[in-house]
Amino acid sequence: MAIRSLASRRTLAGLKETSSRLLGLRSIQTFTLPDLPYDYSALEPAISGEIMQIHHQKHHQAYVTNYNNALEQLDQAVNKGDASAVVKLQSAIKFNGGGHVNHSIFWKNLAPVKEGGGEPPKGALGGAIDTHFGSLKVLVKKMSAEGAALQGSGWVWLGLDKELKKLVVDTTANQDPLVTKGGSLVPLVGIDVWEHAYYLQYKNVRPEYLKNVWKVINWKYASEVYEKECK
Amino acid sequence: YPLDALEPHMSKQTLEFHWGKHHRAYVDNLKKQVLGSELEGKPLEHIIQNTYNNGDLLPPFNNAAQAWNHEFFWESMKPGGGGKPSGELLALLERDFTSYEKFYDEFNAAAATQFGAGWAWLAYADNKLKVVKTPNAVNPLVLGSFPLLTIDVWEHAYYLDFQNRRPDYIKTFMNNLVSWEAVSSRLEAAKAASS
Repeated sequence: MAIRSLASRRTLAGLKETSSRLLGLRSIQTFTLPDLPYDYSALEPAISGEIMQIHHQKHHQAYVTNYNNALEQLDQAVNKGDASAVVKLQSAIKFNGGGHVNHSIFWKNLAPVKEGGGEPPKGALGGAIDTHFGSLKVLVKKMSAEGAALQGSGWVWLGLDKELKKLVVDTTANQDPLVTKGGSLVPLVGIDVWEHAYYLQYKNVRPEYLKNVWKVINWKYASEVYEKECK
Repeated sequence: YPLDALEPHMSKQTLEFHWGKHHRAYVDNLKKQVLGSELEGKPLEHIIQNTYNNGDLLPPFNNAAQAWNHEFFWESMKPGGGGKPSGELLALLERDFTSYEKFYDEFNAAAATQFGAGWAWLAYADNKLKVVKTPNAVNPLVLGSFPLLTIDVWEHAYYLDFQNRRPDYIKTFMNNLVSWEAVSSRLEAAKAASS
């Protein structure tokens, strides 16, 4: 049985390669849902296990699936030289690719308390926050206020402007990545304020979600990104 | 209708939050925002057009438009709703969409593909029916057409009952909640206003 299934896998792979060559298509890089570095319930009580599971397995997965579909369609359109099809695909790519990019960062922005979630940033990033905002408390207040005031769906970000060498707080709409607000912006911490990120637990009270999410923000990861970009 | 009247298709819990918290907040916040301004005391539709400002939205727009949109949404539904429309409305749908099924599919697709927060609409303009989708608080009033039917596709509208399954929510709305009577009477009003 095992030998048969090995053989059929090789045959299928061979067929795929052959058809790719016949059609003159190079194969495109597709994406998969990244695993979370912690259990779904590990961020409780700040974010419920129910939300984490649906957020990861349903929402993020859908962005990955739809992004891959859009990329395949884009590949075909590019190969055919169909310019208007290429342009038409841009919004699907921005929505779904952005969704994949943003959520991949988000899962790393969070950590269980026992793994350092909520611990204030030290080192270079801690210093930079004090310099640019006065204190972590002021930064948190600013980000929470901007996140609460965002109309509709989007994200609130702490970013590093590589060119101007300063920290910035900004928001993006829908699944626009931070880089759409400025080519030199590097995301350090992003907080998802789409209703799906908090509704089952906090209902309409987004400010309460924003108050509690800081307890599981992984400043260690943000510091690593900051230090890497500052070299 | 009472908050539990749309069960099991839309839960009492959803109505308690959606009407009792979200819609109420839009109304309360709008009142605070226009207090002492030239918009105070003006009709809601006037405030909406004024603050839409040709797309360069002024601060009260979101609350004003969302207050209007939600009232329109509650009135677009009824207990025991859904099914197919009849009479003139059905005739016009068949004329402008080829068949009711084509309209149903187009409306569902619009509601399913409005990315992020927003609304899908059946609207009337230039003696034609059309399906429109809008982001966040935008509605057909500011786009120059008469709204006839809407479905709220902000996640808060369906998350407690359907979580991420927006297509199931849309189907349930169309099959079990739409008040075709409301849509028909709005069509009559729209035709009268256009003539």
